[in-house]
Amino acid sequence: MLAKRIIPCLDVDAGRVVKGVQFVEIRDAGDPVEVARRYNEEGADEITFLDITASSDDRETIVQVVEQVAGEVFIPLTVGGGIRKVEDVRRMLNAGADKVAINTAAVFNPDFVKQAADRFGAQCIVVAIDAKRVSAEGESLRWEIFTHGGRKPTGLDAVEWAKKMVTNGAGEILLTSMDRDGTKIGFDLKLTRAIADAVSVPVIASGGVGNLQHLVDGVAEGGADAVLAASIFHFAEYSIHEAKDYMARRGVEVRL
Amino acid sequence: MQTIAVIDYGMGNLHSVAKAIEHVAGADDRVLVTDDADAILGAERVVFPGQGAARDCMNAISEHQLNRAILEAAASKPFFGICMGLQVLLQCSEENGGSDLLGLFPGQVVRFPGDMHDTQGNRLKIPHMGWNRVRQTQDHPMWSGVPEGSRFYFVHSYYVRPEDSGILAGVSDYGVEFTSVIASRNLFATQFHPEKSADHGLRLLQNFLRWNPET
Repeated sequence: MLAKRIIPCLDVDAGRVVKGVQFVEIRDAGDPVEVARRYNEEGADEITFLDITASSDDRETIVQVVEQVAGEVFIPLTVGGGIRKVEDVRRMLNAGADKVAINTAAVFNPDFVKQAADRFGAQCIVVAIDAKRVSAEGESLRWEIFTHGGRKPTGLDAVEWAKKMVTNGAGEILLTSMDRDGTKIGFDLKLTRAIADAVSVPVIASGGVGNLQHLVDGVAEGGADAVLAASIFHFAEYSIHEAKDYMARRGVEVRL
Repeated sequence: MQTIAVIDYGMGNLHSVAKAIEHVAGADDRVLVTDDADAILGAERVVFPGQGAARDCMNAISEHQLNRAILEAAASKPFFGICMGLQVLLQCSEENGGSDLLGLFPGQVVRFPGDMHDTQGNRLKIPHMGWNRVRQTQDHPMWSGVPEGSRFYFVHSYYVRPEDSGILAGVSDYGVEFTSVIASRNLFATQFHPEKSADHGLRLLQNFLRWNPET
């Protein structure tokens, strides 16, 4: 059967990994190529780069990072952050990315997802959804799409939005709970389950992973097809191999 | 010295394929990404990748006037089809309401059923995306050093159903059991992406560079 995927995510700013990386043997801790190489050796199923570069002058650096990584790491690579035009998609794919994640641009221009999927195929278009719970205690659960790092509400219902993006050609959904992001208390499992049940394409759960049981829960309870985490791997709290071993022992099908 | 032609018809991530081959190639191997029929037929080995919809792939092959070169290469030299480079070798696909393909092998390309579930009752998503096992259904030099049941990276919504079961070289399970690898004489073709399948995928590509089938 198909294995559930473990995807480490690297936040890259002007060509350097941020949030701090503490692999013991890596001297240059912020080099995304070295970090990607290490994740590959540990058994990562894919690697996602999130370009958080603010200055447009430095945006070209992510292309170089992808080119370098693609030349020596032979697993799927996804790049997100700053993908706004069909030309951005083409540039990333040409650099060696297998998929691009479209986030804010999808909200402001939903047709962009359609254009990109028509041109390059749904298999390389990931729509990243940042959702936040908006229902009050006791109300039936509801989540909305937020932009700008979770600060700006859009009024768009997350489940409906996910369905619409799949209709427009998203081949995969990268779902981040803005309530859980950075908290280390686990995925928003109800949100994950709601989206996973609503769409026909794979869903990657993101936001809130603090321990290995959270990864198991995301798959077993949330129904996610893949789990994405940053800090538990960055700070070498756990290796990817340990994560997979833990999941396998709890009955999750993984690639060991 | 040998040349490995990677057929470029504008469909798919040829950079990844070329880079992966270069990674395992020897000093005397030359990897050539090309849409030139003569260059393809002049190469010692041919890799035929592909991504996207069946009709788009067929149109692109026609636009690049590569139909004959692909068929000739597939009949005459070590030939490795990848993903759509496997599917278009069959007769026709259900995709786009029915598309004629190159027709090298009798059989259809069909879509995964939409209502599949796993044993826990979770819906099986389409595309079939991720790492799945491949059961090797025949001994083949290309499988050398690749353990039985190894996982490879897939991303596809359609799969091949060749009429001749004699060409099956690997099968996988995703709701249904499907053909993930075919092999016939000098041709080997996989539904998965060896160039994205880490060590086992690289091993397959390496085997391909050394494979000397009778043609």
